[in-house]
Amino acid sequence: MPAYQSWGRYPPASHDLVVPIRWRHELPDLAALPSPMLAYGLGRSYGDSCLNRNGTLLVTDALDRVIAFDEKTGVLRCEAGASLAELQARLIPRGYFLPVIPGTKFVTVGGAVANDIHGKNHHLRGTFGCHVLRFELVRSDGTVLECSPDDNEELFRATIGGLGLTGLITWVELRAVRVASPFIDHETIRYHTLDDFFALSEDSDEGYEYTVAWVDTTARGHDTGRGLFMRGNHADPAHHKLPPIPKAKERSFPIDAPSWFLNKYTVKAFNALYYRKRFPPHIHEVVYQDPFFHPLDSVLHWNRMYGKRGFLQYQCVVPVGDGGAAIREILERIAASGLSSFLAVLKMFGDVESPGMLSFPQPGVTLALDFRFEAQRTLRLLDTLDDVTRGAGGRIYPAKDARMSPQSFDAYYPNWRAFAEFIDPKFSSSFWRRVTEGLQS
Amino acid sequence: MKKVMIIGATSAIAIEAAKVFASEGASLFLVARHPDKLRAVADDLRSRMAKVDTLVGDVNDFHEHEGAIAEADRSMGGIEGVLIAHGTLSDQQKCQEDVDEMLGEFSTNCLSFLSYLTHLGNYFEKRGAGCIAVITSVAGDRGRGSNYVYGAAKAAVTTFLGGLRNRLHKCGVSVVTIKPGFVDTPMTAAYEKGPLFASAESVGKGVYRAMIGGKNVVYLPWFWRGIMCGIRSMPEAVFKRMSL
Ligand SMILES: Cc1cc2nc3c(=O)[nH]c(=O)nc-3n(C[C@H](O)[C@H](O)[C@H](O)COP(=O)(O)OP(=O)(O)OC[C@H]3O[C@@H](n4cnc5c(N)ncnc54)[C@H](O)[C@@H]3O)c2cc1C
Ligand SMILES: NC(=O)c1ccc[n+]([C@@H]2O[C@H](COP(=O)([O-])OP(=O)(O)OC[C@H]3O[C@@H](n4cnc5c(N)ncnc54)[C@H](OP(=O)(O)O)[C@@H]3O)[C@@H](O)[C@H]2O)c1
Repeated sequence: MPAYQSWGRYPPASHDLVVPIRWRHELPDLAALPSPMLAYGLGRSYGDSCLNRNGTLLVTDALDRVIAFDEKTGVLRCEAGASLAELQARLIPRGYFLPVIPGTKFVTVGGAVANDIHGKNHHLRGTFGCHVLRFELVRSDGTVLECSPDDNEELFRATIGGLGLTGLITWVELRAVRVASPFIDHETIRYHTLDDFFALSEDSDEGYEYTVAWVDTTARGHDTGRGLFMRGNHADPAHHKLPPIPKAKERSFPIDAPSWFLNKYTVKAFNALYYRKRFPPHIHEVVYQDPFFHPLDSVLHWNRMYGKRGFLQYQCVVPVGDGGAAIREILERIAASGLSSFLAVLKMFGDVESPGMLSFPQPGVTLALDFRFEAQRTLRLLDTLDDVTRGAGGRIYPAKDARMSPQSFDAYYPNWRAFAEFIDPKFSSSFWRRVTEGLQS
Repeated sequence: MKKVMIIGATSAIAIEAAKVFASEGASLFLVARHPDKLRAVADDLRSRMAKVDTLVGDVNDFHEHEGAIAEADRSMGGIEGVLIAHGTLSDQQKCQEDVDEMLGEFSTNCLSFLSYLTHLGNYFEKRGAGCIAVITSVAGDRGRGSNYVYGAAKAAVTTFLGGLRNRLHKCGVSVVTIKPGFVDTPMTAAYEKGPLFASAESVGKGVYRAMIGGKNVVYLPWFWRGIMCGIRSMPEAVFKRMSL
């Protein structure tokens, strides 16, 4: 399999030219490179938004240095290929933390901006883009622009959540937050119905920095939506005796698993075990931040457990004005399909607005799922989920999409035409060509 | 090792070794030829808890070597370890066609090392402690038709280091010869990456460990020792017929 794939390893793609970017003072002449081109960070997007089939990839993971950190204000400037893992390693010993943390720490700052990522604290702090102060954008015609809410404001807004299409980000300046400690004082609460989930969210979203739930996608009927609700805050050393910061350990999922490895039964067994057996109804503990935010990161390349055919993610957000009817319908359809999801995450988004023009989060409830790729069966199910999402006025997350139709995209992101004005003429992606194919621009 | 001078500090392998020293809170004195790159590397290492000073210089300016060492000594209050890591992967074809090109490559990959090592040998002999580590290459273990100019330069440095080690052993100074195999760095950007390629990160960590451990000759990764042993033991009558 060629080296530069997306995390879901579907669709597979090959690129005509791969250009590593190592020094921000020694960039390749973009005008001279064959188009279309696209930046590629750590490839943690699932579908095809980080792919540029038969085009040029500008690989940024060696452009990974910290430029400056101001310990008084928390303002951090770093190169675009720096990973959140590396940044956390600098911030944590100094009492700071990244304001937004996704489910894996192996993403670059450039990728975090381009997908305007969200974390378990979206309800309080909004998206990553809400904390970006400025960045440098290099366009293929050679112009180098500093973008902020005050300078090149439109490109600033287009690039946050702009899917890498507005040019190459070379560095980013953001504001880190001070935290009481890098340990999380958290509770895990077993709940039984979707209404319980909404009630727990309602209760928790004010007093807890981080909230999220794992749902059992095999549950049906009255049990629909049952799962484990997690909520937490940074542990205060005044109230807890905290151990020293642990050192990182990593294992790697060795080779591609055989395709039967994750089938309906293993998923079901896992979900049942997770939901029922291993967990008492209520756990309260203090853990280090890393296992709390990134339980999967300790196994590098866990995506290989889905085998060579890869897998699909589906992440939608739907408004909850309907009392949760849409999300219930989506969960029902999944359970009825018999295609189960190994990991399913449910969370309430808040109403902190992002500067990003094309950002995914909007107020409502978001559900993230993954499915082993089983050709038409999987694709058909996801199409029916799109029907519900669209009908409810929701949308799905491009960073996790490999299959939505242009019609769905048009409905989810009606302002894409206004956004398209800011696309660099030499930049494009597999995702963008797919979702705009046949649409009137 | 808390006071380390690095020559060729913008090399991918050197940067990875420097990160480990930085994480231990070391003072670093970095020498490299491109001011922008040097600043970028230095700023990053500062964010990792290192105290960093820098000097811009081309290694082919031999007359600056002694001053660079003196400045490192002043800046850090003594030098405990040195890593020499610069280098260029010579264009063998050009070197065959053009003597000046060949001599230029020899200057960068051999003479500049010998010049630095001459000063450093005296510096550490006087000090009576410390570590001199130099990146040579497996390419120096046997001349091959496709890159013997680079290989010969590395071989000369390797032999020089052997002698220096022998001389300085008496006064407690370790001399570490580091021979990487294929490493995925800008130097090998044009190569198709096979399974024998190691990451700059793993090799950089290996460099750090070899320095701390006061090793003599290390191959990185370790399996190159076996490969090169095999290659060296091949009879010349056979070897000369192979296209390597
Ligand atoms: C296990 C796991 C958990 C996740 N959890 C979350 C989560 O909780 N919340 C969330 O929001 N996302 C989550 N994601 C998705 C992930 O955060 C995003 O896909 C992220 O953008 C990936 O960053 P990357 O550096 O790997 O970028 P890539 O996937 O390589 O690229 C993503 C996009 O960024 C663009 N890009 C990258 N670098 C630059 C640059 N320098 N200049 C311009 N454009 C650039 C690319 O062109 C592409 O469009 C998760 C992914 C995984 C694998
Ligand atoms: N990569 C491999 O496969 C491999 C294998 C065996 C041995 N090695 C050796 O490992 C060492 C490090 O190389 P690398 O792989 O890390 O490659 P690299 O990143 O290309 O580093 C080489 C460094 O040498 C510097 N340099 C070259 N000429 C110079 C000069 N005249 N003055 C000052 N600096 C100069 C370069 O500076 P600029 O950045 O300013 O150009 C660059 O920083 C070298 O000695 C190399 O021969 C490498």
